[in-house]
Amino acid sequence: MEVGLNHFLFVSVCLFSLGIFGIVTRKNAVMVLMGIELILNSANINFVAFAKYGNFGYQGQIVALFVIILAAAEAAIALAIVLNIYKTFSTVNVDEIDTMKD
Amino acid sequence: MNTNSLNYLVNSLYLIKPELAISITLVLLVLVDLIFIKNKKFLPYVSLAGLVVAGYFIIEQFSTNTFAFATNNSAGMLIVDPFGNFFKLLIVFASIALVFFSLSSKEIKESFERHGEYYTLIFGMILGMMIMVSAADLIVIYVALELVSLSSYVLAGITRQSLRNSEASLKYVIYGGISSGIMLFGISIMYGITGSTNLYEINSLIQAPQIQSLTFVLAGILIFVGIGYKISAAPFHFWTPDVYEGAPLPITAYLSIASKAAGFALLIRFIKITFMQSVDAEGFWHLLGIIDWKTFIIIISILTMTLGNFAALWQSNMKRLLAYSSIAHAGYLLLGLAVMSNEGITAILIYFIVYALMNLGAFYVVMLIANKIGSEELDDYKGLGYSSPFLGASLGIFLVSLTGLPPTAGFIGKLYIFIALVDAKMIAVAVIALLNTVVSLYYYIKVLKHLYLDKSQKEVPAFSASLGSLVMVVALVAPVLIFGVYFTPLVDLAKHSITLLGF
Repeated sequence: MEVGLNHFLFVSVCLFSLGIFGIVTRKNAVMVLMGIELILNSANINFVAFAKYGNFGYQGQIVALFVIILAAAEAAIALAIVLNIYKTFSTVNVDEIDTMKD
Repeated sequence: MNTNSLNYLVNSLYLIKPELAISITLVLLVLVDLIFIKNKKFLPYVSLAGLVVAGYFIIEQFSTNTFAFATNNSAGMLIVDPFGNFFKLLIVFASIALVFFSLSSKEIKESFERHGEYYTLIFGMILGMMIMVSAADLIVIYVALELVSLSSYVLAGITRQSLRNSEASLKYVIYGGISSGIMLFGISIMYGITGSTNLYEINSLIQAPQIQSLTFVLAGILIFVGIGYKISAAPFHFWTPDVYEGAPLPITAYLSIASKAAGFALLIRFIKITFMQSVDAEGFWHLLGIIDWKTFIIIISILTMTLGNFAALWQSNMKRLLAYSSIAHAGYLLLGLAVMSNEGITAILIYFIVYALMNLGAFYVVMLIANKIGSEELDDYKGLGYSSPFLGASLGIFLVSLTGLPPTAGFIGKLYIFIALVDAKMIAVAVIALLNTVVSLYYYIKVLKHLYLDKSQKEVPAFSASLGSLVMVVALVAPVLIFGVYFTPLVDLAKHSITLLGF
């Protein structure tokens, strides 16, 4: 069987859904951030797969590089914020961090 | 590389002079912070100088209408046109106000050792927003959006003095990360269908009828999620109240104006360029039928303003109340876009000038009061109207303007939105928006009732702000009152600024 565009898209949709699932179900802030990373990487797979199988040139690959860098920057900032949260709240459970009322 | 393309590149650099000024100031701020490590009082003045220079460059090239950084086979990465320049000017104005806010904010003054990072991050955000309002490529849009978001995540929690400060930062980063991830997924699908990330190229490609419409609709809506989060439109507004309440007050004010303005400019550009078919003689847009943006935006805007206004009714914290009020204002602004005509865009631009003035003013007075009494709770505002008559009266004027009552500028903003709606024969929507305004009257007037009619249990200490802050309040009150009766310059500026490149 030849691996084609659809296989890549299937993997990317699986990753996207897993990312959303993780964000919705996990209570730990770090796990939520991992869900976000999954979403970003599913988009990366899309970009590279479309660029390869659609013969769109190298634009898709370049975009994926941009996204990898931005994802790293975002992860660094998000983890720093989570660390700060742990210092002030002594927990990283997103449900317990709720001091502001509606 | 041949000389021709080198020349072109240099010419493109001339077109982005405002952005370059901001970038250079950013580097300067880092250097000044490192050189004068003990003395941080130069930072605000360096920032102000950079902003003034950027503002001068924007005014200088206001009527330019061209691409920057185009290559042989693509339409260009950035657009320099009056529409973008209008929003850049608004962002620079809000940033200058932000520097003055920070100078008199107690919260910011107390986190003295972080001033270097504070001003640097603000300039990162300004740079991101300036690129956001002039981007013509989905990837530039994504990178600019992330630049704004990453800076503002940190700024929301910069003082680290209270629990709610850190909490605001965490909530912002989680909601922001999810929505920008979803937006990126949408961009990847749109790239897959069209083979391009340039808005103008996508526009010419989807004129052909054989595009897979269902997938394309999905991609368009996923991209809207990312932009909708930036402008805090329902149902992507959940972060707004918490972040606005937890962040330091100058940052809250800034997020509610500059960040929202950049988001709106991006949304208008995205929809108008990508889906435009033609503009008729009366200025109404005929979009491609691939996504029914008109219905979609009407639904989102009615949802946004109703939710914002009704949730604001129960609030007892002034920052939270203004957060919900800013959600409601995003709803009114979306109505201007829903009209899908040049008249609607004119109304949005007028509304934005007015909204910037009155919202900055309201937040500034709330900040001055918080500096003195250390609280933003409405219950602590009792009797303030008598103990500090000037601040009470100015807050009253800003709130009346936010409601949209004459003779304040807020009335003019709402009036033009309603005129655009009526001209497009969208009477039912106009009536809903009008009823929403009536609801909003209740919670704005509730604040006035606390200021003037309620007697405080404890003795209210009489206080007045410093001379500088009073001048600042006057500088914001005066235009709100003047534009309420003499609004011709506003309308002229807005009419001059609706030119988008290409259409």
